[in-house]
Amino acid sequence: MSILVNEQTRIITQGITGSAGLFHSQKCREYARDECSRTEDVLVGGVTPGKGGTEVDGFPVFNSVSEAVGKAGANTAMIFVPPPFAADAIMEAADAGIELIVAITEGIPVLDMAKAAEFLEDYPNSRLIGPNCPGIITPGVAKIGIMPGYIHSAGTVGLISKSGTLTYEAAWQLGNVGLGQSTAVGIGGDPIIGTNFIDLLDLFEQDPGTEAILMIGEIGGDAEIKAAEHIREHVTKPVAAFIAGKTAPPGKRMGHAGAIISGGKGTAAEKIEALQAAGVEVAESPADMGTALKRAVENHN
Amino acid sequence: MKIHEYQAKQLFAKAGVPVPQGIVAKTPEEAAKACDELGTAVCVVKSQIHAGGRGKGRFKEHPEQPGVVLVKSAEEARENAARMLGSTLVTIQTGEEGKQVNTLYIEQGLDIARELYLAVVVDREVGKPVVIASAEGGMAIEELAAEHPEKIIREPFDPALGLQPFQARKIAYALGLDATAVKSAGRFLPKICRFFVDNDCSMAEINPLVVTGDGELLALDAKVTFDDNALFRHKEFAELRDLSEEEPNEVQAQAAGLSYVKLDGNIGCLVNGAGLAMSTMDLIKLHGGEPANFLDVGGGANVDQVTEAFRIILADEHVRAILVNIFGGIMKCDTIVEALLGAYDKIGITLPLVVRLEGTNVEKAREMLSGSGKDIITATDLTDAAKKVVGTLNA
Repeated sequence: MSILVNEQTRIITQGITGSAGLFHSQKCREYARDECSRTEDVLVGGVTPGKGGTEVDGFPVFNSVSEAVGKAGANTAMIFVPPPFAADAIMEAADAGIELIVAITEGIPVLDMAKAAEFLEDYPNSRLIGPNCPGIITPGVAKIGIMPGYIHSAGTVGLISKSGTLTYEAAWQLGNVGLGQSTAVGIGGDPIIGTNFIDLLDLFEQDPGTEAILMIGEIGGDAEIKAAEHIREHVTKPVAAFIAGKTAPPGKRMGHAGAIISGGKGTAAEKIEALQAAGVEVAESPADMGTALKRAVENHN
Repeated sequence: MKIHEYQAKQLFAKAGVPVPQGIVAKTPEEAAKACDELGTAVCVVKSQIHAGGRGKGRFKEHPEQPGVVLVKSAEEARENAARMLGSTLVTIQTGEEGKQVNTLYIEQGLDIARELYLAVVVDREVGKPVVIASAEGGMAIEELAAEHPEKIIREPFDPALGLQPFQARKIAYALGLDATAVKSAGRFLPKICRFFVDNDCSMAEINPLVVTGDGELLALDAKVTFDDNALFRHKEFAELRDLSEEEPNEVQAQAAGLSYVKLDGNIGCLVNGAGLAMSTMDLIKLHGGEPANFLDVGGGANVDQVTEAFRIILADEHVRAILVNIFGGIMKCDTIVEALLGAYDKIGITLPLVVRLEGTNVEKAREMLSGSGKDIITATDLTDAAKKVVGTLNA
């Protein structure tokens, strides 16, 4: 079992004719062919306005998302569209009836995202993951994003992370302690994102295939603190966490648009404290994420 | 991207947001002349640096001289300006080293009845811009939020619609403004919100926002930060950038499409991904070392960018060892190794270098590394990498 991604997932790539869009579409296709038992195509094509009717490395290209939905039966979109046009791509996907929109693009203006978020409120059946995220993977079923497929093995841990490479690191460490993931989701490091920790905690809590949850946060904002409160009240499964940025100086943006300690708020220390108070097993070191999850499971039993 | 107070006020004025009259001065003579032109009984001479706390700040060279000063004559303006220009202002936000003042802003004196706090920022939780206001002007909002959270008014608004008149009234009444000032707020607040949206700000803070004796609202201070991700649609902001306010290495990194923050330690880090880069710093610290920097080469870095990243790390004279930590997703490990080996030849890395690789194309990358014949220390996992790099300092 898994969340959000399953045997029915049929993906199109918005921005498939760009180099990153094509490279990762190919990787997702490879993953579906080599690592999944599914017989039909998982990545069914792409969208680049003005290039409809052409083909790129075997992928049919459509002019619009609604055309891709109609002709290729897509229900999931992976977005690689450049930042100035990415918010528009997200809204187009929702309007075309796409259920799962995974926005990989980094660098979208925050007010564009504010407008897109407002727009998405009218499309309750569309869920946005990201932007500025590595995507989502249900090992052995489908990979929608830029993560290296081989580090993710199927299993029972639900993985939620704000950071791309740190998600890979966590999946790798879980593998080293013999644990796989039901689904791994990168929620993104931007100030405004579609799906947050709490949404996913609820989905993993309800998923019978998920037995434990590993969440990876970082400095900036208070999403982890809200998540901690939510875990205390609503999550019965064991949860482990890691918060990046203990050594980050205040007032400096640490790569991610959202990773900034401002006005003394959003520090790693306050997030760790809140999570520990909610009974979450917090990894002290980024090398300890896999083992922390193991401890969380053991303490829970 | 941050801009100076005088630049923000010039943009405010263009957008119809009321500001006091002011003139930029770069010499004591210009300061004196500005004072004459403004013609008010008093004028304010204000240091232009990005850091806050200027009023309470003092100059290194002139410990009695405040960063913002009230003057009663052109002569007094000239004398103060002579002490301020070219001197180093130390405020709670500049750190001990302070910041050199190269520009002054001379402003008219005002009849101030009340001082309020006003800011527009993006509220991450609601995913919208929000007006933050308080009747306690002049006070740092962080302190107020900690001590009197009930005194802070928050009003989110739809960026496409702007702040509606009823919302402006709501804020004005909550601030306890009188009838004239409520009307003035009804003009001021929607304009500053429109300014925020039109210019893709990430913050527009006015502290204090003043109510004059005749009930008009004016921005007495202005601190504006633009969203770096939106600068592509505001090419004209490029000329507002003051490079002297920025760390030279950070400017160089930005130009190369890298994300770099200088820290105080001696272990340089080159990492892909912001989360992993932060974690690498944390890990070095945990194992007894001190990170020299945050450096994220990003998801799509090429050989030139990675070479540039090494140049930037090596330009920091405190760096004694380098840790490369790559988990390849978009970024392929062999790209990093290719750049790494290229950098060896191009700039000559003589410091100990510890490399930890995992992810896309890792096998190919490891082969390239081991076949290179270079003196590079390889690590198998994070802890191994941190221990080895800290170990090189003690060797």
